[in-house]
Amino acid sequence: MAKVEKKRALNEETLRDFLRGMLLIRRFEEHVEERFRAGDLPGFLHVAIGQEAVAVGVCQAMEEGDVFASTHRAHGHTLARGTPPKAVMAELYGKIEGCSRGYGGSMHLYDLERGNFGANAVIGGGLPHVTGAGLAFKLRDEPRVALAFFGDGATNIGTFHESLNLAQLWKTKTVFVCENNHWAESTPGWQHSPVWDDMSKRALAFDMRSIKVDGQDVEAVFEAAHEALEFARSGEGPVFLDVETYRMHGHFIGDPQVYRTKEDREEAADNDPITRLRERLALGDDEFKAFDDQANQIVEEALEFAQNGTDPQPEDALKNVYA
Amino acid sequence: MTYREAVRDALGSAMRKDEDVFIMGEDIAEMGGSMAVTQGLLEEFGPERVRNTPISEMAIVGAGIGAAMAGMRPVVEIMYEDFLTLSLEQIVNQAAKHRYMSGGQLKVPLTVRTQGGAGWSPGAQHAQQLEAWLVHVPGLKVAYPSMPEDVRGLLWTAIYDDNPVILFEHRLLYPVKGQVPEELEPIPLGKARTIREGTDVTVIAIGPLVHRAVGAAKQAEEEGISVEIIDPRTLQPLDEDALVASVKKTNRAVVAHEAVTRMGFGAEVAAVLQYKAFDYLDAPIERVGAKFAPLAFAPVMEQFIIPQPEDVLAAIKRTVGK
Repeated sequence: MAKVEKKRALNEETLRDFLRGMLLIRRFEEHVEERFRAGDLPGFLHVAIGQEAVAVGVCQAMEEGDVFASTHRAHGHTLARGTPPKAVMAELYGKIEGCSRGYGGSMHLYDLERGNFGANAVIGGGLPHVTGAGLAFKLRDEPRVALAFFGDGATNIGTFHESLNLAQLWKTKTVFVCENNHWAESTPGWQHSPVWDDMSKRALAFDMRSIKVDGQDVEAVFEAAHEALEFARSGEGPVFLDVETYRMHGHFIGDPQVYRTKEDREEAADNDPITRLRERLALGDDEFKAFDDQANQIVEEALEFAQNGTDPQPEDALKNVYA
Repeated sequence: MTYREAVRDALGSAMRKDEDVFIMGEDIAEMGGSMAVTQGLLEEFGPERVRNTPISEMAIVGAGIGAAMAGMRPVVEIMYEDFLTLSLEQIVNQAAKHRYMSGGQLKVPLTVRTQGGAGWSPGAQHAQQLEAWLVHVPGLKVAYPSMPEDVRGLLWTAIYDDNPVILFEHRLLYPVKGQVPEELEPIPLGKARTIREGTDVTVIAIGPLVHRAVGAAKQAEEEGISVEIIDPRTLQPLDEDALVASVKKTNRAVVAHEAVTRMGFGAEVAAVLQYKAFDYLDAPIERVGAKFAPLAFAPVMEQFIIPQPEDVLAAIKRTVGK
């Protein structure tokens, strides 16, 4: 296991871009929560507040042509990979301008153009896919990597173990990104896994290279993800990225979190990745507000776009069942 | 050519033509598959394209999905269709739905081959017929060929279809010989085949029941009953027109499969026929299938559960009031 030391290799402007990306996710999610509570949005939604640095750090490290599979908590990954906020928001509103044309919704965001193989609402569902895609890249000798995001809760499901085993056995061009936020819905890590506080032990069992990283430090996430992606790209084998992070809100919007102590929530709040980056960049109030206003404006434009989007025709439901 | 050779020929032909086609499954390489279907393919195509897998049905199918989404045309083998149940999450929630959930952006050109079937007393976990489970899922195509020519042509088409296709083979059919065209001829999915023409009753049968129906039809003929046999070959999409046209001609129908009768594929066929050929039916539609029990081990019990040629014959006779 390699512990990635902060190299501080990224320049200030890159970090400012990361901050823009993270703030976009944060404000996007806050608006989504607000609109859901107002009864504007159908379905079942999960926000990634607290985990923005993972999405931005990993997605910024990916190259064009790389593909990824996401989870039910997908808004952040999708935005960080560059899908326009308007298309993501329109999808949440079930409009045909949405990134899945209204067929997917919050838990099924896709964007093939940007390598998004789909947010998956079955825990661990996308892990075999990135194993297979990573195999295809290897068979075709393509310099591409397939990456999956998943949470600590996914490390107990069969697809996780079958996929890591197969990927390591065949040295596929795959990166497994475990976002360990210490919660499997309402069940804390210590109740669901014997290695909840060190998920890289899971990789050890498959003889897979793993990298542990602080998921609240976007710079460190970027460095670690870059290292993981380049190792996988070289064809030497898959990498398990063990990312420690925090889920600052509930499992889903409306989750009262009765299972969570005040201390636990405070600890999460104290580890806000945006605050960390702001401090790292030593941004004053005015300067930070400028970033924030910009993020809010983008999200408000996305909201307006989505609210004025086009509803599918009911009978469109029968299209796209087959290619 | 035997049914087994026909499957192998389709796989080999596609792999020869196209670098994007590769196969993976349990014991398919050196051993040549537990049914000896893939024998010789490792020698010809090498271990990169003929891949032995761990015993990991979810990963086998799921990696196939990922490779398909990345642009390849994998063919995966699930050794027994009983084990298909282990991979159903990936088949039902993933393969069948990526195109739809993405609003038409993705395609999953994956072929899943599997086999099953009773008649050799393996007990309850190695011989089930579960095709009805898969036909029920929008987004999947399902084929169940009964003849060497059909399995060769349909497997080829399945490989080149841009949708996930589940192809069922039957263990007892592998040694069955049949005429095949010199050159591999693709057979479209969704086209039924008339196995035998007749005028009094139509037997719509799949898999081994096609062969059992042929035996029953010969006996019925001796008793003056003219039996037409139609093999849909593809269960989804279903060639409803061919089935309905035949029943409109004969006015009587028997549906037959080795799977459990209740909620089986034949129930759907019967529903289609009663709706589309209601005014033409002169008798209730008869259904032939396995009795509602897991498959027993003792040969006498196993044979009691699964449908025999005599069961098909008895159903035929009931439709004509004999």
